[in-house]
Amino acid sequence: MGETKLMKGNEALAEAAIRAGMQGYFGYPITPQSEVIEYLALEEPKHNYVLLQAESEVAAINMVYGAAAAGSRVMTTTSSPGFSLMQEGLSYIACAELPCVTVNVCRGGPGLGTIQPSQGDYFQAVRGGGHGDYQLIVLAPNSVQEMVDHTVLGFELADKYRTPAMLLSDGAIGQMMEKVDLPDPIPYKPDKPWATTGKTPDRERNIITSLYIKSEVMEKVNDRLQAKYQKITDNEVRFEEYHLDDAEVVVMAYGLSSRICKKVVDLARESGIKMGLLRPITLWPFPEKKVAELASLDRVKFFFSVEMSVGQMVQDIRLAAEGKKPIYFYGRKGGIVPTPDEVLEFARKKIEEN
Amino acid sequence: MKEGYEVIYKRPAALTGKRMHYCPGCFHSTIHKMLMEVVQEMDVQDKTIGICPVGCSVFAYDYLDVDMQQAAHGRAAAVATAVKRMLPDRFVFSYQGDGDLAAIGTAETIHACNRGENFTFIFINNGIYGMTGGQMAPTTLDGQKTTTSPYGRDTSKVGMPLKMCEIVSQFEKVAYVERITCNTPANSRKAKRALKKAFEYQQQGLGTTFIEVASNCPSGWKCTPEESLDWLKDKVFPYYPLGVFKEPGKPAK
Amino acid sequence: MLKEMIFSGFGGQGVLTMGSLLAYAAMKEGKEVSWMPSYGPEMRGGTANCMVNVSDEPISSPIVTEYDIVVVLNQPSLDKFEPRVKKDGILIWESSTIKRGPTRDDIKAYALPAIEIATEELKNVKVMNMLVLGALMKADPIVGTDSLMTALKETLPERYHHMLPLNQEAFELGMSKV
Repeated sequence: MGETKLMKGNEALAEAAIRAGMQGYFGYPITPQSEVIEYLALEEPKHNYVLLQAESEVAAINMVYGAAAAGSRVMTTTSSPGFSLMQEGLSYIACAELPCVTVNVCRGGPGLGTIQPSQGDYFQAVRGGGHGDYQLIVLAPNSVQEMVDHTVLGFELADKYRTPAMLLSDGAIGQMMEKVDLPDPIPYKPDKPWATTGKTPDRERNIITSLYIKSEVMEKVNDRLQAKYQKITDNEVRFEEYHLDDAEVVVMAYGLSSRICKKVVDLARESGIKMGLLRPITLWPFPEKKVAELASLDRVKFFFSVEMSVGQMVQDIRLAAEGKKPIYFYGRKGGIVPTPDEVLEFARKKIEEN
Repeated sequence: MKEGYEVIYKRPAALTGKRMHYCPGCFHSTIHKMLMEVVQEMDVQDKTIGICPVGCSVFAYDYLDVDMQQAAHGRAAAVATAVKRMLPDRFVFSYQGDGDLAAIGTAETIHACNRGENFTFIFINNGIYGMTGGQMAPTTLDGQKTTTSPYGRDTSKVGMPLKMCEIVSQFEKVAYVERITCNTPANSRKAKRALKKAFEYQQQGLGTTFIEVASNCPSGWKCTPEESLDWLKDKVFPYYPLGVFKEPGKPAK
Repeated sequence: MLKEMIFSGFGGQGVLTMGSLLAYAAMKEGKEVSWMPSYGPEMRGGTANCMVNVSDEPISSPIVTEYDIVVVLNQPSLDKFEPRVKKDGILIWESSTIKRGPTRDDIKAYALPAIEIATEELKNVKVMNMLVLGALMKADPIVGTDSLMTALKETLPERYHHMLPLNQEAFELGMSKV
C-alpha cells in the first residue's frame, strides 16, 4: 500500500533506494545532498544494506564499480564538484557495462561555485562526462515524488540495459519538502550471471574489464555499446506535455525550471498567450522526435528553453528542431532560480519580435 | 610418464595456462604461480575474486583462473573494499604495482588499511614504472636512474622512496604486513608461506593483510635478470628490508 | 485555493519549523504542499526563510516572489519581504524587536510582540514561533487547529513531548492576540 509522507527530496531519494532493494551505498558528503548519506546512516540498523562513507568521491565511484561488478544493486550520490571527480570512474563503469545509480544534486559552478541550485551540469550528464564514447541514462526529477519514482526507475533501467543510470537533480529539489507517496519495498532478485562472485566449477571465470588493448576488439566493444544506446533511445524516451495541443509558443525546461515554467504557462494562458510546456524527463535519451514533430507544425512560432545555466539543453533543442523554428534561451546562473514573472516577460518580448 | 619418473613440479590448475607476457626474469610470473598454488591448496578457487588495476599486471586476468575485475589506476583498494563488503565470505585480493598503490592510489591504500578492510594487498614494488617504459616510481631508490630521473633520483627534489610496509603496519586494524621477495628458492618458499598466511588471516577476518614483494624489473632497470638479482641484494634490501612487520599474536617490529 | 507564503527570521527562531508544521498539517488534511528552505551559511545565525505553498491543486512552482502571507521575525526580513506581499495579503511581524514597522496600507499587517509575550507570559522564548503561528491561524485559518497540534505531536521527537502543553498554550495565546 505504500505510505504518504512529507519529506525532503534528498531523504525521499534515500528512502526510495532502500525500498528499491539497494544493497550497497558508497558516498562522500557534499552540500546540498549530504542528507542522503545521513538518512541512510540513520536507517542502517533497520536494514541490511552496506553503507560506507568513502575517503573521496573518487574512491566512492570506484567502490560502486567493485560492488556492481560483484553483482550488487548499488548507488552513490553527490553534488557538482563531486560529480566531476566521478567522471573517470563512470567511464570505466559504462565500458565495463555495470548497472548502478548515481545522483548529482546539482549546485552552481564552475569551480567550487555556490551551494545554491543550478542546472549547469547538463552537458556533463548527457554527453557522457568522462573520456570516450559512452552515455548515461539521465533522469531529471522535478519534484520530491519524482526523486522517489526516478530512483526506482533508475535501478530498473540500469539492470535492464547493464548500464549506469543517473538522476540529475538540483539543490532546491534536494532540500525542499513535498508530499510523497512511497512504494512498498520492491522485491529484488539479482540475476547477474556475469558478476564476479567466485568462479564455480560449472562456469568459466567472469572478468569485468574496460581494457581492450587491440583496436579491432575495442571497436567491436564500441559497436556493442552504441547498439545498446540505440536500443535505449528507441525505447526509453520520456517526457511530459503541458498544454501543447494548441500551443503557438513552446517552452522547454526540465527539473526545477519546469516547475517554474508550468506556472509561466498558466500565467501566459490567463493573458491569452497560447503557450505549452515540453518537459524532458529523460535528458538522455532526449525527446528529439517530439521536438522535431512540434517544430514542423505551422502553428508553432518558436521554442525557448529555460535553464538555470548559461544555456546547455538549448543546444539539444536546436539540433532536434533542425533549424525549422527559432530557438531562444532564457536562463539564470550562479544558483539563482528564474522567477515566473521574468520568464513570462522574456516570452512576451519574443512574441513581439516574431 | 616414463617409468621410474615422478611428477615433482607442475603448473597449478588455477592458472589458465596462457603464455605470460612478462619479461624474462620478472617476478610477476612467479608470484602469479605461487598465488594460485595457495588458492588451490586452500581449495578456494570458487571463492576468490582478484582486482588488478593498471600496471604490468593489468592482464593478470588472462592467467589467473579466478573471477577478476580490472580497476582504474590507483583504485584497486576502493574496488576491493566494496567487493569484500558486498561478499564478505569470499577471498579478495588486489594485485598492485608501486605507481598504483603508492602514488596515484595512496589515499585509497591508506584509508582501506585504516579501516582494516579484510582483503589482501599484493604489492609488487619494483621501483620503476615498468608498463609505461621505465619512469620514476614513488619507490625508485635514491640516485637510481630512470627515464624521468635520467641523472638519478634526486631526493632533494622528489623526496625519499616511500616505505609502504613501514607505513601501513602502523595502522591498528592492519593485521599482517610482510615484505617478501623471490630472488632465491629459499626466499620464494618464504614468499609463498607469506601469501598463504595472508589468505588464512583473511579467512579468520583479522583485518587487512599486506604483502609487499621487493621485486625486480630487468627491462626497466636496463640490466640482465642476473644483474637485477644483484641490484636487489646490494641496493634494494638494505633500504627495503625483508621480513614480517606485523603479524597477529606477535609483537610489532 | 492556493496560498503562497514565506516565513523569515534569524536562524534559530523557528521559522523553518513554523513552515514545516503548517505544510505537514495541510498535507494531513489532504492538500498539496511544498516547503522550500533557504539553505547554506544562513543556517548559522544569519537570516533563514522558507517558502510554503498550500493548494487544492498540484503545485507548479515551489518558488514564488509574491506572497499571500508573509511572516517576518526580524528587521532585514521585513525590509526585504514587505514589498512582496500581494495586495490585500497578510503580513505578520514581530513587533518587540523590529523597530521600523511596515508602511504599506494596501495589506493586512498584524503587529505581534511575540518575543516579549513568550518571555514574560510563558517564561520560554523558544515557543515564540508557536505564538506567531497561532496569530497567523487566527488571521487566516488555512488549516484546523487540531491538524496543527497533531502535526506538532507527530513531528516533535518524543523526548520533547513534555513540551507539547506549553506549545499548545503558546499557540492559543497567539490566536487571542489577533
